[in-house]
Amino acid sequence: MPSSSPFAARLFEGRGLACRRGERPVFERLDFKLAPGGALLLTGPNGSGKSSLLRVMAGLTPPLLGTLSWDRVAVTEDPTAHRARLHHVGHQDALKPVLTVAETLAFWAALREASHDRVLPALRRFHLAELAGWPCRVLSAGQRRRLALARLLASPAPLWLLDEPTTGLDDASTSDLLAAIAEHRAASGMVAIATHLPLPIPGSETLALSEFTPRRSAA
Amino acid sequence: MTAFLALVARDLRLALRQGSDAALVVAFFVLAVVLFPFGVGPEPQLLARIAAGIVWVTALLAALLSLDRLFQQDYEDGSLEVIALAPLPLEAAVLAKCLAHWLTTGLPLAAVAPALAALLQLDGPGYLPLVLTMALGTPSLSLVGAVGAALSLGARRAGVLLSLLVLPLYIPVLIFGVAAVEQAVAGFAIRPHLLILTALLVAALPLAPWAAAAALRPALE
Repeated sequence: MPSSSPFAARLFEGRGLACRRGERPVFERLDFKLAPGGALLLTGPNGSGKSSLLRVMAGLTPPLLGTLSWDRVAVTEDPTAHRARLHHVGHQDALKPVLTVAETLAFWAALREASHDRVLPALRRFHLAELAGWPCRVLSAGQRRRLALARLLASPAPLWLLDEPTTGLDDASTSDLLAAIAEHRAASGMVAIATHLPLPIPGSETLALSEFTPRRSAA
Repeated sequence: MTAFLALVARDLRLALRQGSDAALVVAFFVLAVVLFPFGVGPEPQLLARIAAGIVWVTALLAALLSLDRLFQQDYEDGSLEVIALAPLPLEAAVLAKCLAHWLTTGLPLAAVAPALAALLQLDGPGYLPLVLTMALGTPSLSLVGAVGAALSLGARRAGVLLSLLVLPLYIPVLIFGVAAVEQAVAGFAIRPHLLILTALLVAALPLAPWAAAAALRPALE
């Protein structure tokens, strides 16, 4: 990735966010700020709303209260532009058993109108190049995860939203991911990661979601 | 446009690799039509009289059978989320999936229909209208079906719910599809019926993807 930043001077911000899953409030009065090159680690026990916050950031779930803004413009003003600037890698790997590794990644790149040249380098970065012609059906859990993460490199986007990205990864693959994150941040990219393991990401801010759990009022 | 075509190509590739899905729909169509002579008796006059109706109703049921795979698999494995988060509008993504669905379902059904009509002794002038109305009507079936498939996504017993939602909406296509064939056999013009089928398609083309996308969004929350 070039060091001259393609995504300079951007600010991704959330103010007063509240979210509910079903009937259960998961967090409220949550503020966050992500500057270019910034990294936000979302921590907290299971059910504290780490994934929900990432889904709110991605625009999949509308927040119950509060606003999300990009460069001080509410993301709801132009949801298409917001989707174009983010990658969300969730719990599910979204792989089709009958498509090959290369076809899967090429489809994801084409879906975001990215050029095909980035596909092979992205596979190489996550050591999947030699598996390129294999159907996804035969991949191990860790290989599936690496393919899902290769999506981040196959098409450029300034904002990465990663939900427990290290699940199923071995140490070598985890360091590949950390290197990719470091490069992304060096090019002024931003990243928000939900994790329950301490990840060694220099200069990252931690957002403990348990602080925003609504206090139980007498219902 | 790249994204739209990539989605169509992916769905076609999936349908070809998992060939059994599309083949099953056509096999169901053939088998169900072949059952009718056993049920109503092999009299040629009777069969010729009801041929258009049998072929059309069975095609509707066959199309219905294939609708659950339109979004269900993508929903379960997380692909639908990735597609929804792409810059491509969700409405366009739905349209791409409908196009791929039609190419792998409606088009084969329309291609097999004349052979089945021959089996039922349909009169000569009826064949061309049958193929024309199937070609015009089946895209509407895919589009309207997408709305039902999106609405029933994640529901328990989605298949039953889907039939209840979609079959009533298929009635206009059925009426004008069958009427065109019968008018042609009786020697009348079929143009009005073809125009109405075209109108139904033109209305479904923007409305159905819009409605299906609106139904998908809450399912993805």
